[in-house]
Amino acid sequence: MHLGRRRRGLYRLPMPGSPAAVPKSPSPRLWRMRRAQVAVTAGVVALAAGTGAGLAAGDAAAAAAIAAAALGGLAALWFARNRVRAWSYTERDEDLIVARGVLVRRLSVVPYGRMQFVDVTAGPVERAFQLATVKLHTAAAASDARIPGLERAEAARLRDRLAELGEATAAGL
Amino acid sequence: MTRIAAGGWHRLHPASPLVRSGRATLGVLVLIGISATGEFGRSGSHLYDGILATVIALGAVVNWLVTRWKLDGATLCIETGLLRRDSRQLPVARIQAVDVARPFLARALGLAELRVRLAGSSHADGRLAYLTEQAALDLRARLLAAHHGLDPATPEPDEAVLASVPAGRLVGSVLASSASLLLALLVAEVVVLVTWPAVTAATGGMLVIWLLSLAPLVWRRVSTEYGFTVAQAPDGIRIRRGLLGTVAETVPQRRVQAVRMIEPLLWRPLGWCRLEIDVAGSPGRDSADGPGRMRKTLLPVGHPDLAWQLMRLVIGGAPPPLSKPPRRARWKAPLSYHFLAAGHDGATAMGVTGRIRKVTTWLPLEKAQSVRMVTGPVQRHLSLATVHVDAAGRDVRAQFRDWPASRAARLLEELAARSREARRRVPERGVPPPAEPPAAPQVPVPPPR
Repeated sequence: MHLGRRRRGLYRLPMPGSPAAVPKSPSPRLWRMRRAQVAVTAGVVALAAGTGAGLAAGDAAAAAAIAAAALGGLAALWFARNRVRAWSYTERDEDLIVARGVLVRRLSVVPYGRMQFVDVTAGPVERAFQLATVKLHTAAAASDARIPGLERAEAARLRDRLAELGEATAAGL
Repeated sequence: MTRIAAGGWHRLHPASPLVRSGRATLGVLVLIGISATGEFGRSGSHLYDGILATVIALGAVVNWLVTRWKLDGATLCIETGLLRRDSRQLPVARIQAVDVARPFLARALGLAELRVRLAGSSHADGRLAYLTEQAALDLRARLLAAHHGLDPATPEPDEAVLASVPAGRLVGSVLASSASLLLALLVAEVVVLVTWPAVTAATGGMLVIWLLSLAPLVWRRVSTEYGFTVAQAPDGIRIRRGLLGTVAETVPQRRVQAVRMIEPLLWRPLGWCRLEIDVAGSPGRDSADGPGRMRKTLLPVGHPDLAWQLMRLVIGGAPPPLSKPPRRARWKAPLSYHFLAAGHDGATAMGVTGRIRKVTTWLPLEKAQSVRMVTGPVQRHLSLATVHVDAAGRDVRAQFRDWPASRAARLLEELAARSREARRRVPERGVPPPAEPPAAPQVPVPPPR
């Protein structure tokens, strides 16, 4: 897959005087979480569409609607899988690299010294899967470094490390 | 001046409440006038309007009564607040800039507002509204002298005027930039006239409304940028502007995140361009949109030569060599390819974008907050990628638009490395102004006399 190739191409360039950092991926449970989200959404849509079509135009229409919803769910599943796979982050000596996106591929390099604060959030669904999202904020609105689906321990470790590194290398505006 | 030197507490000028509540009070009075004459009139409702005006005015008077300030050598103290007392100590050594603003009403009464900004903060930390103009200027000179470790009685060093904008050119430029919009509207109207004559009346009405809505825009540009003067002062770039109310603000070079040169379509034949700078932290916009970042005009209209001179001064150094994206980028950006160009050197990065108006963004790499590479689906097909260098702010970045993908990855690495190096040597960077070296954040303060 060309995405993988490109990603490796970038990471192969080591920083001068430092061992090449290894890119990490979100937890495998993120994929499980996305699967559950897609399944539930598709199920709800199928139920609603099936009932609606069944009441309005009979059983055949209901079956067609449910089939369409299932197909849509499969497509969403395929997209979600690629999206989850595309997400990776690399902690280097002085900056964090976050790669994401399938259709529009984005790669952000954020120096620790530019970090203003780190957010660790976990919504109800993420909490059910014991995951958390780490988000780095800089003074630039555009530099978005968000890593979803981290194990809780990893999220906490990353947060602490980022905060520590950010303090050590902080630079004024 | 001697009064200030005594080191005791001072009040603001007695007319301050009038100026502060002036606008609100005037508004209410006008409302009363309208409702008294017009058919909205219901006697009795004036009472409430009157009470409202009185309350506002009373609030301003109380605010004046409880506010006092003093300067004792090393700190400027400002105390204010009736119920929640707020006492603020502004160490002179940490002062970054002192701005003088004169809104219309204050100017008519010979008053001025002093805004003191400290290093590392993003808003006006101390505001003295209002002092007499002379007192404001004196205090400003004393603060700056104390900051530089000089005798407080030292007069303010001279500033070298770099550029001033003649009123005629300003008005012409504003008209020219709204003329394109006007032209588009007129063309649309003619099209409507030819194709559907039946709806001409309706669209004509719309056109008139559009024209009327344009007037305040033009007025705002002219009134805020009238008499625009850019000068080089020891503490930064000083900008003076304003028609009714005037503002003198100082932008320390160190706070500049990026400079942008904008060349609209109708300005190019006239050899005009506009300069904007992004500053981290500005007075007067206290956390309205995030931590008070702002875009300022450095030159409302001027010749590109002058613009380049100013840009060099603000960024400090020569512009990097630019190169164009490959020809195949035409497929992805057919309308903007003719402008696209970008380049960087060890200290700065510059990107040119735009379809109809040309926008050149130049930023020092040490201000880079992050470096990003974005590849869209079309770009992937053409093996192109865009590299952004983001600086602090909402939409402040130099773009290497549609670079060859193989070079973009290397560029990303290089920009990240170069901005890291630039950040390390940041204390050395700085543009020495003609008069004296720029103010270091911590200057030894003379002992209070």
